[in-house]
Amino acid sequence: MSTLKGPTLKGPTLKGPTASSQPKDGPSPTCMSINGVSYALPNDPRTTLLDFLHQNLALFGTKKGCDHGQCGACTVLVEGERINACLVFAFQLRGKAITTIEGIAKNDELNPLQSAFVKRDAFQCGYCTSGQICSSVALQKELADKTPSAVTFSENYSAREDISERMSGNLCRCGAYPNIVDAIEDVIALEPQ
Amino acid sequence: MQPFNLTHLNNTSDIKSLSSIEGARFIAGGTNLIDLMKLQVETPVELVDLSDWQDERSITEHDEHFRVGAMVTNTELANYASKTVGLSLLSQALLSGATVQLRNRATTAGNLLQRTRCYYFYDTAKPCNKREPGSGCTAIDSVNRIHAIFGTSENCIATHPSDMAVAMMALDAQVELITPNGETKTLPLRNFYCKPGATPHIENCLKEGELITAVILPKRAAGTQYYHKVRDRSSYAFALVSVAAGLVLQNNKVEKLSLGFGGVGTVPWYPATAIEALTGAQLTEANIEKALDAELASAKVYGSNNFKPQLLRNTLHKVLRALAEHQRTYPQHEGALYEN
Amino acid sequence: MKTNQTANFIGEPINRVDGVLKVTGQARYAAEHTSTMPQTPLVGFLVASTSAVGEISHLDTSQAEKAEGVQAVITHKNAGPLKAFGKPDDEGRFTQSRAVLSDTHIRHYGMPVALVIAQTLEQARYAGSLVEFNIDAQPAQLLHKANQASDVPESLDGGFEPDVETGDKPSTYSDGFAVDVQYTTPSQISAAMEPHATIAHFDGEKLTVYPSVQIIASAVQALATTLEMDAENIHVKSPFIGGGFGSKLGLHYDAILACIGARYLKRPVKIALSRRHVFYNSPHRGHSFQHMQLSCDNQGKFQSIAHHSAMPKAKGYPFAEATGAGARVTYSAEYIKSTHRVKNADTPLIDSTRSPGDAIGSLAFESAVDELANKANIDPLTFRLNNMPKVHPVNGNRFTSHKLESCLRRGAEVFGWQRKSSAQPGKVIGHGVASAMRMNVLVESSAEVSMDEKGKITVLTDMTDIGTGTYTILAQIAADTFNTSVDNITVNLGDSQSPASSGSGGSFGASSTGSAVLKACEAVKSKLLSLLPKNYQNAQLAVTEQGVCVRQSHADSPQDTPLASLVDSSVFPIRELGAVSEDDTSDDEQYSCGAHFVEVEVDTLTAEVRLKRQYGMFSAGKILNEKTAKSQIKGGMVWGAGYALTEAIHHHTDSASFINPDFGEYHIAVNRDIAEVAVDFIDLPDFEASPVGAKGIGELGITGAGAAIANAIFDATGVRVRDFPITVDKVLEGLSKKAS
Repeated sequence: MSTLKGPTLKGPTLKGPTASSQPKDGPSPTCMSINGVSYALPNDPRTTLLDFLHQNLALFGTKKGCDHGQCGACTVLVEGERINACLVFAFQLRGKAITTIEGIAKNDELNPLQSAFVKRDAFQCGYCTSGQICSSVALQKELADKTPSAVTFSENYSAREDISERMSGNLCRCGAYPNIVDAIEDVIALEPQ
Repeated sequence: MQPFNLTHLNNTSDIKSLSSIEGARFIAGGTNLIDLMKLQVETPVELVDLSDWQDERSITEHDEHFRVGAMVTNTELANYASKTVGLSLLSQALLSGATVQLRNRATTAGNLLQRTRCYYFYDTAKPCNKREPGSGCTAIDSVNRIHAIFGTSENCIATHPSDMAVAMMALDAQVELITPNGETKTLPLRNFYCKPGATPHIENCLKEGELITAVILPKRAAGTQYYHKVRDRSSYAFALVSVAAGLVLQNNKVEKLSLGFGGVGTVPWYPATAIEALTGAQLTEANIEKALDAELASAKVYGSNNFKPQLLRNTLHKVLRALAEHQRTYPQHEGALYEN
Repeated sequence: MKTNQTANFIGEPINRVDGVLKVTGQARYAAEHTSTMPQTPLVGFLVASTSAVGEISHLDTSQAEKAEGVQAVITHKNAGPLKAFGKPDDEGRFTQSRAVLSDTHIRHYGMPVALVIAQTLEQARYAGSLVEFNIDAQPAQLLHKANQASDVPESLDGGFEPDVETGDKPSTYSDGFAVDVQYTTPSQISAAMEPHATIAHFDGEKLTVYPSVQIIASAVQALATTLEMDAENIHVKSPFIGGGFGSKLGLHYDAILACIGARYLKRPVKIALSRRHVFYNSPHRGHSFQHMQLSCDNQGKFQSIAHHSAMPKAKGYPFAEATGAGARVTYSAEYIKSTHRVKNADTPLIDSTRSPGDAIGSLAFESAVDELANKANIDPLTFRLNNMPKVHPVNGNRFTSHKLESCLRRGAEVFGWQRKSSAQPGKVIGHGVASAMRMNVLVESSAEVSMDEKGKITVLTDMTDIGTGTYTILAQIAADTFNTSVDNITVNLGDSQSPASSGSGGSFGASSTGSAVLKACEAVKSKLLSLLPKNYQNAQLAVTEQGVCVRQSHADSPQDTPLASLVDSSVFPIRELGAVSEDDTSDDEQYSCGAHFVEVEVDTLTAEVRLKRQYGMFSAGKILNEKTAKSQIKGGMVWGAGYALTEAIHHHTDSASFINPDFGEYHIAVNRDIAEVAVDFIDLPDFEASPVGAKGIGELGITGAGAAIANAIFDATGVRVRDFPITVDKVLEGLSKKAS
């Protein structure tokens, strides 16, 4: 059992990115990897992943819409699975590989979902968009793995309704929902079934 | 958020060394606890992090039961249960709760222990006996459309928010836990929760330092299974009323009825009276009404939740109608109502 | 020389020019401008009042000040100098003082009592809980019943008269049909996804502020007034706004508190409101009681339309919405009366929420119209078509353009008004229709357009893009004028050092600022053409990859000559201002029109309502970008779904607080609530409305959208719910009553 006692009364570092030189085979237990770069955990254990991204790393692509797991704007990927960054302490993710919106495009090439969101106008103000895109990246895998949803248990469901249900954890006040489903359908249609 | 000290639990056997930490709270997924800590509804000063606790992360199948480790996520359990005919109900219930993002973090044990979504519990400026014993209950005389009709007291009418637990009630689940001195105990989930009575802040029978290690789900026929959740949105909302039901019908006689109600109880509601009334009876509209009458005899409404008894009636009719039709068409069917 | 044939002309459905920034997480919103600051901003968290009205009688910040990381605790004792809230009286509400922490008086629940500034959010939030305060509270005045609203509002949003009456009141309804009903709509909130947030920094006397605000110029003035500063010293920037919907028309406490904190500490301070704080520290829409007495003759012609509105008005804040606007303009009738009454209430600010007046006015009015049609046993679409006005029904003025009838007819055809899907067992299907009329205005706006010698064009205006697509449509207008691609256009928005614009709001942004940009572009073009040798005076300009060309049309083929060979490069950059004012728009009645059609499915046992299809046909002058315009309208229709089915702030009357101030229980629609949404336009420019021919669309989509859903539910079930939103409990009650 490891014990980390009483660090909470120390001020956190506020010096921006604290990339540490970690071996290439992954982050150490006191670090986490974000978009392939290893970072030391924040000193204050109260720091959520979302606040860590903002306050310590100045990575602002991940948005705070409610800070209570009620909107999905802060959706990020942990080992490929989507979670709300606002409802997890950074320390809970030590040793884990995290992908934020900044890591979705590879080598300056947009992910097909990002392109589809632009083409289908699947956003307006753009504030929920990072979360929507991270969610839909994870959704692709969930569908490929044939995981169930509340809709797959219902009668005569459509693929659109299934996508809508699975994307219901991401609120969009501009009301881009129909276009978001269009964008995701476009990309899924291109995939080998 | 109040500052806290942090300890990590790596192995179940290490639990004994935690006994010196006073007021320790375990944190697993954190989806409910962190939410409440930010609002200072929860103010633990000692957190025990379960992120590295590897012992209870799997689901295992045994001759008589399935054993679900405490740290199995809601997503993992929903996926497993969807492929297991006797557990379809559980999968449906899990998937109708929260969102993919939350289910990916939320754990089996954490889901059982999640706190109520009562508006006033969340608002630290308002009296709430559950949050601050003795301060009063705001809900009872205020907007209470999301509140309970079963198991209430003059001190608290808050519902238990879990969908998963409602299905587990219906499926005769047991809770396995470990005490601070390393002793393992098992008890029926139906005996796990405490109704508010005079002590709404005590929600279950876990004692300080005890840790849920697993949920045991017996293998038994549940028949055709259907979880129907009525709520204010079509997704991402807590139940106004939900019905978890599994039905085995033989010559229109109820051979086996698994039943649980959500959104209506201060605890995930096990309608023992209704089940008793219907088991062995012909499945007719009249008998369903009679069973509901008997169950609802103990219900109490509080103003803006006056609609719940009728909604519960109609939802149960809808669910049992659909299940019965399926059982008549496919006798001995075991699994989800709508199989795809 | 080849010209760019993929020119991005006005109206083309091109992708948003800022799209890539938004899908890659690079668009920077207010709270994210930390790296432009000389130091990492400190973080502020507000301590909120738990009483609605009263005086702070005790305030102890000593424990909070000692807490880890805390840099300052600011209260009314050390926040000044500040001009008192709402002063000066003769200023408009967006340029008046927005002061907070200026005295001991508490005006509403959730109002800031103190501001804690620390190094991190958790430090500030925790220290906030250590601030001790007492408030000598008085009972709050609220509006509980319609008849408690007896004040005539001094003004109504949109410039409408509070009361109008026209025609002769029919004495008897014996020959026809009548309804006399009261509808209620709940308090609602914009709930933009980006919570209100601001970073502020003082460099000596110079203040730089990054707020999230829809209108920049008035924000500068509001800061100058509130902080008692010279406006010249204030620089406001808001390049990206995470949704506004009226809630960011003016500045709110986050902005003032950030400036107070930055002034006090002489360091950058950032304040991002928590979602719960947004409910109290940004405006919401008040609840309404709408009493309607409608009558028609045997042929289904309106005899009388009487609409009376009762709403709360936030005490000391001059805003009331014109819920009766639709009743005055949508249908012709022998007699029309529309009255508005308010009660001054001790509530958080009540101000514009998307489509003030019409969003909730249409919910009630278009539902009641359906009730009358049903009573007269006339198809609700036919009933509406029977009563189309030729001129404004109240004042008799002409409409610059009026396409409501076309929207209804064509929309019904595309939607398939008569063709219902077949219902699943245990379900019933219903169709609903509603009309949409939204007033159009052009407001003063200006922009500067410049061209450099390589033909790069820059648009500068303090206009904002709140998700409306402003960056894109302004680029299209410039590209259209200069016969080039939007790739050659740079649009800089949201900076107070640029020419003052209309800002975004009231559906006026695109037509007003779009017209200003059009004028500026034309001025640049004229200037260039005037510099050309005489024989080129009738030529056209085109910007190609090779730079600016002068194109002359000859009999056989166009000939392009590089501009550089004709004009001395020293004339560049050419820079011109374009501006519009009320002189650029007609005095006649201007409305955008639309028709909504909805198909719903309702479970006859559980009363659950599911949308199957929403369809709308709209007319709003020239559509500047078909893609972004459709998105905006669809978004309004999604709001309509929320207004019809799920959204309501519940009030705790004892404390004058909100019961559900979060996204867990204030239910905006989720993805699965929304099914098929489709939109078409009757795309005809209205140059009487604006030089660019466009009218407003931002509020048109929501107007009528919810009523069409309510009407579809009635069509499906025979249940008419007059208390919005139409939640499952209310439909169930109706179904039970019908059954018994």
